Amino acid sequence: MNSHAAGTSNGGSGDAGGAGAGAARRNTRMPKYSKFTQQELPACKPILTPKWVVSVFFIVGVIFVPIGVVSLLAARDVVEIIDRYDEACVPGNMTENKLAYIQNSSIPKDCTRTLMVTKDMKQPIFVYYQLDNFYQNHRRYVKSRNDAQLRDPSKANKTSACEPEKTTADGKPIVPCGLIAWSLFNDTYIFARGNENLTVDKKHISWKSDREHKFGKDVYPSNFQNGSLIGGAKLDPNISLSEQEDLIVWMRTAALPTFRKLYGRIYVDLKENDNITVRLSNNYNTYSFGGKKKLVLSTATWLGGKNDFLGYTYLIVGGLCIFLAFAFTLLYFIKPRKLGDHNYLSWNRHPAGR
Amino acid sequence: MGRAGGRRRDRLRWSKLYTFSCFRAPATDEAVGPSSAGGAVGGPGFSRVVHCNNPAIHRRKPLKYPTNYISTTKYNIITFLPKAIFEQFRRVANLYFLLTAILSLTPVCPFSAVSMIAPLAFVVGLSMIKEGVEDWRRFIQDMKVNNRKVAVHKGDGQFEYKHWEDLCVGDVVKVEKDQFFPADLLLLSSSYEDGICYVETMNLDGETNLKVKRSLEVTLPLEEDESFKDFRAVIRCEDPNPSLYTFVGNFEYERQVYAIDPFQILLRDSKLRNTAFIYGVVIFTGHDSKVMQNSTESPSKRSRIERKMDLIIYILFTVLVLISLISSIGFAVRIKLDLPHWWYLQPQNSNKLDDPSRPALSGIFHLITALILYGYLIPISLYVSIELVKVLQAHFINQDIHMFDEETGNTAQARTSNLNEELGQVHTILSDKTGTLTCNQMDFLKCSIAGISYGVGSSEVELAAAKQMASGADDQDIPLRDVWEESNADGIQLVEGVTFSVGNNRKASIKGFSFQDDRLMQGNWTKEPNSSTILLFFRILGLCHTAIPEINEATGSITYEAESPDEGAFLVAAREFGFEFFKRTQSSVFVREKHTSSKGTTEREFKILNLLEFNSKRKRMSVILKDEDGQILLFCKGADSIIFDRLAKNGRMYEADTSKHLNDYGETGLRTLALSYRLLEESEYSSWSSEFLKAKTTIGPDRELQLERVSDLIERELILVGATAVEDKLQKGVPQCIDRLAQAGLKIWVLTGDKMETAINIGYACSLLRQGMKRICLSIPTGDQVAQDAKKAAKESLMLQIANGSQMVKLEKDPDAAFALVIDGKALAFALEDDMKHMFLNLATECASVICCRVSPKQKALVTRLVKEGIGQTTLAIGDGANDVGMIQEADIGVGISGVEGMQAVMASDFSISQFRFLERLLVVHGHWCYKRIAQMICYFFYKNIAFGLTIFYFEAFAGFSGQSVYDDWFMLLFNVVLTSLPVISLGVFEQDVSSEICLQFPALYQQGPKNLFFDWYRILGWMGNGLYSSLAIFFLNLCIFYDQAIRAGGQTADMAAVGTTMFTCIIWAVNMQIALTMNHFTWIQHLFVWGSITTWYLFILAYGMTLRSRDNYQILLEVLGPTPLYWVATLLVTAACSIPYLIHISYQRSCNPLDHHVIQEIKYLRKDVEDQTMWKRERSKARQKTKIGFTARVDAKIKQIRGKLHKKGPSLTIHTVS
Repeated sequence: MNSHAAGTSNGGSGDAGGAGAGAARRNTRMPKYSKFTQQELPACKPILTPKWVVSVFFIVGVIFVPIGVVSLLAARDVVEIIDRYDEACVPGNMTENKLAYIQNSSIPKDCTRTLMVTKDMKQPIFVYYQLDNFYQNHRRYVKSRNDAQLRDPSKANKTSACEPEKTTADGKPIVPCGLIAWSLFNDTYIFARGNENLTVDKKHISWKSDREHKFGKDVYPSNFQNGSLIGGAKLDPNISLSEQEDLIVWMRTAALPTFRKLYGRIYVDLKENDNITVRLSNNYNTYSFGGKKKLVLSTATWLGGKNDFLGYTYLIVGGLCIFLAFAFTLLYFIKPRKLGDHNYLSWNRHPAGR
Repeated sequence: MGRAGGRRRDRLRWSKLYTFSCFRAPATDEAVGPSSAGGAVGGPGFSRVVHCNNPAIHRRKPLKYPTNYISTTKYNIITFLPKAIFEQFRRVANLYFLLTAILSLTPVCPFSAVSMIAPLAFVVGLSMIKEGVEDWRRFIQDMKVNNRKVAVHKGDGQFEYKHWEDLCVGDVVKVEKDQFFPADLLLLSSSYEDGICYVETMNLDGETNLKVKRSLEVTLPLEEDESFKDFRAVIRCEDPNPSLYTFVGNFEYERQVYAIDPFQILLRDSKLRNTAFIYGVVIFTGHDSKVMQNSTESPSKRSRIERKMDLIIYILFTVLVLISLISSIGFAVRIKLDLPHWWYLQPQNSNKLDDPSRPALSGIFHLITALILYGYLIPISLYVSIELVKVLQAHFINQDIHMFDEETGNTAQARTSNLNEELGQVHTILSDKTGTLTCNQMDFLKCSIAGISYGVGSSEVELAAAKQMASGADDQDIPLRDVWEESNADGIQLVEGVTFSVGNNRKASIKGFSFQDDRLMQGNWTKEPNSSTILLFFRILGLCHTAIPEINEATGSITYEAESPDEGAFLVAAREFGFEFFKRTQSSVFVREKHTSSKGTTEREFKILNLLEFNSKRKRMSVILKDEDGQILLFCKGADSIIFDRLAKNGRMYEADTSKHLNDYGETGLRTLALSYRLLEESEYSSWSSEFLKAKTTIGPDRELQLERVSDLIERELILVGATAVEDKLQKGVPQCIDRLAQAGLKIWVLTGDKMETAINIGYACSLLRQGMKRICLSIPTGDQVAQDAKKAAKESLMLQIANGSQMVKLEKDPDAAFALVIDGKALAFALEDDMKHMFLNLATECASVICCRVSPKQKALVTRLVKEGIGQTTLAIGDGANDVGMIQEADIGVGISGVEGMQAVMASDFSISQFRFLERLLVVHGHWCYKRIAQMICYFFYKNIAFGLTIFYFEAFAGFSGQSVYDDWFMLLFNVVLTSLPVISLGVFEQDVSSEICLQFPALYQQGPKNLFFDWYRILGWMGNGLYSSLAIFFLNLCIFYDQAIRAGGQTADMAAVGTTMFTCIIWAVNMQIALTMNHFTWIQHLFVWGSITTWYLFILAYGMTLRSRDNYQILLEVLGPTPLYWVATLLVTAACSIPYLIHISYQRSCNPLDHHVIQEIKYLRKDVEDQTMWKRERSKARQKTKIGFTARVDAKIKQIRGKLHKKGPSLTIHTVS
């Protein structure tokens, strides 16, 4: 580029004869110099030197392995009791025809399960129900709701998108409308340890913002589960939606067809080998689509529930990085390449040229 | 305009002097009936009738012809919208997006309609605005042309100025000197008595020498404005057609019919030269004119990368269709088998979109949904971004201060921005010569008189060689660039007293004259031993020409109107030597001679008896004149080979020395001519003269042959006087630029309309040819067989020549041997035929340089096409004239030289620069950068969208293929528009692997483009694989982490919104980390964009979570994810997991297989270039491609030669060679 500059200036003086006043005018058309337009902005140009490579991998490894260890320890701390009860709660004479059992409302659905605490469980103990093979993430399902209606009592008529559970047969709007609410989970659990009842605290199982902003305090269920098709749970029309926390939890659709939802919390410590009796009403129909129902009692740590995966993955990635750090170190020792070694320029490597 | 009649000062009858070109048969033969010459006139295709000087007739039907208004725009105000929209939707991609936008209005669409329509409207709008602006520029250009003024006869012998566009067929116009003809005209008369005028046709065919046109004799009296008062005539002629060299028509005047031939036709866009004015009648106006008929619509060009990108888009589209099919089949199967059991979906109340009883129909509907849903694989934003990036890149090209030409005040202009990256992949450059490589100005530099060489000034080649020698004593590999930059010493003392003077003290004041030698200047030549010969030499310079002197009345200085610039240079030289030619009359030439500085001047008159002018066949010109002593002399100048063949026995005194000098001159890139004379006896001349007259009056086809034969008789027995060496002034920096382009591995072909000798000389001057190069000349021997045979014979002979050439190249063992191919237009016509073109191309590619001479504009385009299609590499055509338009349009990239007259080339070009030398920076810096930027940008785009798009697909498999997306609609919309667009645009606009200095210092880096290192399938598939990996990592890691467990101490589990948002956060991190790893160059802009994008994402979900309108994302960051450690931990893990493979790849590549720019970056980084300057310099010189052409090769050869000489002199000399 120097050469250009030199060239033009020489040329300019050589041409001095005719140019004269014209030249000055022309030079005003010269692009203004700025580092931006000339693409000469100061820039940092990081280079992956061996030092950088090794230290990046090493640092990542050094950060990741402890995180892995900590997560793993946290996951190990969690005690979890899972009980699948959908099969067991079907009376012996109806195992061949579970669908008839669940659909026949005259058959009592009560069922008692006994759970053994495998390890000490510190309160709070979280009670979940888990459904398998239930597509809460199906588009038809996810769409089928109307948020305005849930929030605002004056918008009860807003049932768009709620197909096919919009209105009752005579055209009255359903609140809450839509398939999600209609298929609300309706199994209930009562826990006891020996003779001592364990109260399940069902307060604050939903997100606070949901209760306060999305489900109206003055919105009450109406025309809900009044049609010919009864889905899941019925709602007490005298309790406002913001207090129907089971519904609020249920309305948070799950991402996957296997999911847990919080049922309540038990604020009692459980000891190893405690026997917990669960009296449950097995109302919810998972039999028609072959889904499983599970009851889960679990503690939680700062990282959440019992999930080894995160810890292992951290360990694997961290380990890989440390391995890579060593591998690259080794590589630099075995096949060292001096940085900026001109012998690696293509014309030096292929001396024959092309 | 003053009263023109008064300016008729140069009443010369050239036709009496000129022998060949102006000859016309006696007038009596001209008045032919309409049946003979214009037999076809009046028939089909020859229906035009022009009523001269009666334009009113042509304003009404049936003789209404188009006006002289020209328009090269594509659209007008009414057609713009429909036409431009149609153009836009001819692109397949746009059509696809249009389709999805329409479908988005139906319920099958998984997103809101706005998110599909808005970006499409943006893209199409942007492109249309671009089209509109380009068309507007064309319109402005047209208006400039249309508003030029010309004097038109308005009746009663009065002329007034009118705009070109108002010109009408039948108008009589008066065109003055150095003006363009506004339309195709019939020449009526000129300022010369015999109706001759000179025309420069550079814009039509690129030829620089002037052409002579001559009016019909019958119209000669129409030489004044008044004479047009009652002028009436009718022209019946052919209809508009594009043939430049033919014209058929009759001129009916005063009840006589005269045939018109092309000699009387002045074409639009050619220029009147050396003639004060002409009168003409408009025959063809506007778009009917031949030059407009020749113009073709400029094709829209697409770069190689973009074409490949299309292919990849098709592949991606196939993938898209495939996964959509999988999706819809899955959907149909689930609907058929499972939906009846999913009571919670109320299958009994299904609509047709998911009807279990008709799964096939639902599947088909779902296919459309899926196609839209997975449309992220082919993002519309890719097109927007590329378009935007290219506009910005073009802006940088336009703003580059190093491509600003102070003389013309023009910057480089990227006229179409869609070829920027193509600049980085050029393989062959096809260059015009005149106006591009040369400025068409000659400088008299040296001469050889009586066997003594005069002139100490050095040509550019010599200068470089001298410097190289001087510095090469200790290190041979000092790069030339330094030689150019360094040392402006006046002379360089070379070993053993060989001194080269470096002419920065050259007096640049006299245009056309750079001669320096005190032995001849200031009259000192009289003291030279051969002063009589020198006198003769100067007289030949001053007398043997066809120029006219033009006296500037204000200063008294004389300028010359010469047919060729060489002649002009000779006359200037003669003047400087004291032989000033100042006056020409019909029969005499007057010269003011100044023999010594003291004596004053004497005016001498020489009577011109005959003038045998130059043509390319004869390659010589002669004048026969009588001096004041009554001596009859023949002065002859011509190509050395021709002159040497015609020397008398006693005229060969200086032959050996002169031919040695001629070789030297040629070697240094100068144009040479040999000068000779002959004394004629009175009797000898008169006998020849009568024979000549006889030949001249011969009627019939062999007149030409006769004339030639007779001329040949007198032009023999010559006595050699000496030789001249003229430097064809190259444009500034041309040899250096060619040299560096060659070092960057580019092939350079020169296509010129000029004569073969001229072209070869230029080849020498710009180092495309050099002594010692094996030259293969292909030409058609002139034979006099019957037409059919001649063609066949010519073809066979050419075939043989090509075969011989190829054989020669094949058998050559010396690796340093270089071949040059020179082919002339006639041979090229055959060589371009289907059966030969591949043979020709094979030979041409074997040769280091290729020069095509006397090529027509059409042939230029054909050659370009041959190279483009035959080699299959990117071609760049560069030219300045209208004759280069075809070539510029045909080549992958057309570059026009701006700043000279005539804008046609620039208008047709993709890029315009004002000097050839800027081509280096345009290609090596901007081309290199743009290529890498665009390549990396596209690869990254594919990566990013595969990584994102596939996660949507995976999720489908877990959502019963129902078409539900895990992400919020707004996330998806913003992903391409806001959250990832700016970093990739900054990559496309600002990325630099190395700085511009280094690009220029290491031309070899340019080869990364033509070798396509950054957009080969390996790389593309690698990036796609990386995208696939990232999508898998992002999706499944998140899935396992958020599977069913509580996500925080409060026991809450993750819902779809939480999972989706986390996944999306991971994607944002991963793709932005990826681009950070890809970039080499971080200015604050990149930092801002990359890290800003990530920040924007968090700010966005924060803000988004604040608004009640959203559903499950309400307060998602503040309440749900923010306080959840798992969210942050998962983000860290997934981001790391996504980046590691690429990091491994680049670390490994850099440590084991570094590319050139890696090593150079490291050298710069460690400041090794400062510490070890020898290494740096050496590498810079090695980074040049080994070339057989260009300056460096030339200088090397010269050095070898000088070394050889020095070695012969004595062993005392030591030259170190460092290898």
